[in-house]
Amino acid sequence: MATQNTKTLARLMMAPSVLLLLIWMIVPLAMTLWFSFQNYNLLDPSNVSFTGLFNYEFFYTDPAFFQSIWNTLVIVGGVLLITVIGGIAIALLLDQPIFGQGIVRILIISPFFVMPPVAALVWKNMIMNPSYGVFADISRFFGLRPVDWFAQYPLFSIVVIVAWQWLPFATLILLTALQSLDGEQKEAAEMDGANFLNRFVYLVLPHLARSITVVILIQTIFLLGVYAEILVTTNGGPGYASTNLAFLIYRTALLGYDVGGASAGGIIAVVLANIVAFFLMRAVGKNLDR
Amino acid sequence: MGSITLQKVSKVFGEAKVIPSIDLEITDGEFVVFVGPSGCGKSTLLRLIAGLEDVSGGHILIDGKDVTQSAPAERGLAMVFQSYALYPHMSVRNNIAFPLKMAKMEKSAIDKKVTDAARVLNLTDYLERRPSQLSGGQRQRVAIGRAIVREPSAFLFDEPLSNLDAALRGTMRLEISDLHHQLKTTMVYVTHDQVEAMTMADKIVVLNRGNIEQVGSPLDLYRSPRNLFVAGFIGSPHMNFVDGAYAQSKNAKTAGIRPEHLNLSKDSGIWRGTVKVAEHLGADTFLHLDVEGIGQITARCDGEFGAYHGDTVYMTPDEAKLHRFDDKGLALKA
Repeated sequence: MATQNTKTLARLMMAPSVLLLLIWMIVPLAMTLWFSFQNYNLLDPSNVSFTGLFNYEFFYTDPAFFQSIWNTLVIVGGVLLITVIGGIAIALLLDQPIFGQGIVRILIISPFFVMPPVAALVWKNMIMNPSYGVFADISRFFGLRPVDWFAQYPLFSIVVIVAWQWLPFATLILLTALQSLDGEQKEAAEMDGANFLNRFVYLVLPHLARSITVVILIQTIFLLGVYAEILVTTNGGPGYASTNLAFLIYRTALLGYDVGGASAGGIIAVVLANIVAFFLMRAVGKNLDR
Repeated sequence: MGSITLQKVSKVFGEAKVIPSIDLEITDGEFVVFVGPSGCGKSTLLRLIAGLEDVSGGHILIDGKDVTQSAPAERGLAMVFQSYALYPHMSVRNNIAFPLKMAKMEKSAIDKKVTDAARVLNLTDYLERRPSQLSGGQRQRVAIGRAIVREPSAFLFDEPLSNLDAALRGTMRLEISDLHHQLKTTMVYVTHDQVEAMTMADKIVVLNRGNIEQVGSPLDLYRSPRNLFVAGFIGSPHMNFVDGAYAQSKNAKTAGIRPEHLNLSKDSGIWRGTVKVAEHLGADTFLHLDVEGIGQITARCDGEFGAYHGDTVYMTPDEAKLHRFDDKGLALKA
């Protein structure tokens, strides 16, 4: 890519894919924006008209709106907390030489390959079910009353399920980072009198900073739109207790047949995602520059 | 104080006996160099002393105290690694201060020590930089700084100069020797480079396959190597070994003669050879010769001798500097 000639050629070669990606992104976004200003209900598809900001007002005044935004942030924050801390802990354990290392690593990673609805169904019916789930069995074993997870702690249950799915991803990224830590540095710290905790705080954690950032950024993108797990387990309830923004948009569009309102919600979700991204990049983005 | 005693120390990795059994005495203030070919166990031996590897048998004493089971930090030793092992996300100042911080020393005392060490090592202008912003030699000095602030009873160096270019290696060699004269602390230095061993050591320990071949001052080893291995390892270019009739005439299985102890002439001598390669270094010239009935011989001559590829050269070994070895490879007394 040194000469003027190769630079021009490279740009020319890249142009089709860049153009395709641009169209791929712009068209749906533009259509959503367009529909968000239309009065467009699938129950009355012939009567489409311009309504200005009515859809936004409608979505904003929905009693579930603020709760859904709060729930979205709780899911993102909760899952990030569990996966990052748990991921570091498991990665530290997996980094030790153990018998059957290969099998253990595959087992640890396997939840990532389970599709979200399947994972949610397994958790709903086999683990968290109040009458025949594993948790209920454990409660009964200790003589306690089984907890009806999805009725009593709906949001927490969702967080647990999603965290279970994303833990392998965090573990995998952090494990590879741990393995790239120079052995002589650890030995030097050992000679310098650093105990395990000191080595972790002063050597391992700074070394992991970049990978933790990557985990946080990538997971946030996906966690803002958690949907399948909510649909199969709580269906957003009880009330709006486990409804996040993505699920609220789904309700508006496919249960209320209100395409205009859902589009307005979609645009609000895009704005929210950008706000989150902005603060995230300010908070942890500097780790990527090193 | 920093005397180190090894008593029957051995190390086994699985099936491989890396170090069968070693006894060694390092007295306080000595500069000891472990030298040997790669895989001879010299680095393992250093790591055993440091406590980074567990011994399989025997005892390690530091200042008379048995530290065989002590953790690395408790032994009061400081180590400089081949890769420097600096902490990449810390400034030079924090790198040097790290061991003191771990020892829970007071902040003002740490600052003073770091400043002193930086002055000694010419690092004062670089204290706020990260290791990645330093050159190889500067990183090496930071690693040494991190070692000296601890005021250890002994320094351990694990091939510290092998990542530097030739010119810098020469400078750092001087700096480390100079540091040893200033601090007068015991230093144990591992290298595969016999030039580093010869130039820096008070005492050289020549290792081969986990065994000590010979211990002595550089000139001792040069003048009277105990066996063929030491004779061939110490000295550059290597000693020439001559078997057969010539060795028998000297009552030995093998005769050894260093390249610099051959008298060269263009018209007479007991051996006649053809120059294959002449390496002109300026002051000296190394001649690699094919000698009739003897084989390959390396000779060192004055830079002005003027021999080139294909020339015929006569040589006569200096009888007084001849080394004789028996059939077990051990040196025969003159």
